[in-house]
Amino acid sequence: MTKTEQHIDPILIPILQQVFDPEIPVLSIMDMGVVRSALIINGIVEVEITPTYSGCPAMDVIGDDIEKALKDASYDSRIDLILHPAWTTDWITPRGKKALENYGIAAPLEADADKEVLLNGKRIVKCTNCRSQNTTLVSQFGSTACKALFKCEDCQEPFDYFKCL
Amino acid sequence: MKENLYNYILGIADNSLILGQRIGELCGHGPSLETDIACTNISLDLLGQVRSYFQYAAKIAGDERTEDDIAMLRKERDYKNVLLVEQPNSNFAYTIGRQFLFDVYHLAFLAELQKSTDLILSAIANKCIKEVSYHERFSSDWVKRLGDGTAESKEKMQEAINDLWTYTDELFYQTKADKAMVLESVGVDVTKLKGDYYKRIKGLLEEATLKIPESKWFQKGGKEGVHTEHLGYLLSDLQYMQRTYPNMEW
Repeated sequence: MTKTEQHIDPILIPILQQVFDPEIPVLSIMDMGVVRSALIINGIVEVEITPTYSGCPAMDVIGDDIEKALKDASYDSRIDLILHPAWTTDWITPRGKKALENYGIAAPLEADADKEVLLNGKRIVKCTNCRSQNTTLVSQFGSTACKALFKCEDCQEPFDYFKCL
Repeated sequence: MKENLYNYILGIADNSLILGQRIGELCGHGPSLETDIACTNISLDLLGQVRSYFQYAAKIAGDERTEDDIAMLRKERDYKNVLLVEQPNSNFAYTIGRQFLFDVYHLAFLAELQKSTDLILSAIANKCIKEVSYHERFSSDWVKRLGDGTAESKEKMQEAINDLWTYTDELFYQTKADKAMVLESVGVDVTKLKGDYYKRIKGLLEEATLKIPESKWFQKGGKEGVHTEHLGYLLSDLQYMQRTYPNMEW
């Protein structure tokens, strides 16, 4: 119950890398850090995934997509949803953060810096359009459960920020 | 079946279910796009949290019951939520006031539930608290904005707080299941949260330049299944699909 490390069979990594978040199609579930373990036990792949947000409607789809990707690679699988340890944005890999930025979603800052932004409105989140640091928080809640809404004061573009958990 | 644990979980989850349904009513009706989206996000968080609780409860029940049955197929008297969360969205100040009075409690409650000896409950709490801290920030910011805003927004915010105040004491009422779970170190002793709760609420109300209600008369009953008239209407909305098309699935 208390494991914080990932246990993933290296053979399965290339398969799981090909499964993407349905709402952020550039972000692989591996880079998102939701796969906590994937091991072949008695010929069946047992996968443990953890939700990003409790109400994230993408989790059911992700589970189905994993099953399908494994099936395509001739593996039977069982997907379990685990809650502990709770997912944190710190588990998004550097490659995942880069993919987010390129997609137009500001990547989560380190947890401490994020608190500054969301709780005091300090301008640290960079605009994904023009890279300006002159941005303001419009709302702590954005287009999906995992995002906050920002606005750039220089180029005037609104943009999403993947908020820290 | 562990009757007390089952009832204890429902007591926690029903608050989030009913509040999630209530604040979800603002979908498409929020006073601005940002608040509309915020309210529906909060609703989604709460309903997501409810799923974790009900999935666990269904497992404890150990029969045919599913999380959906627990959410959709109980009668009014079987819901164990506090009266506060079922109060209607009379205007935006009520929506915010209700959310605020619950969020401050919810946050303190989850902080304690993380220490539960029940590992599943502590894992759920650990997950939920991250989301609820955003809710509390949102609702307390709005209480301040409305309270310290125009003469009209102040009047409406004050009226909402005054009216909802009578439902706050019930947050600290303990049912038989609550008491049994506290004894087993599974449940949170809510009576110990009361002092800090009112202190924090009063501090925030002062910041919002609002008056602290003086009424000492408090309404209770929800936790024992005795609800205000508003719950029935809410449930008829919530349960409509399952009652009309039994056993339907998406």
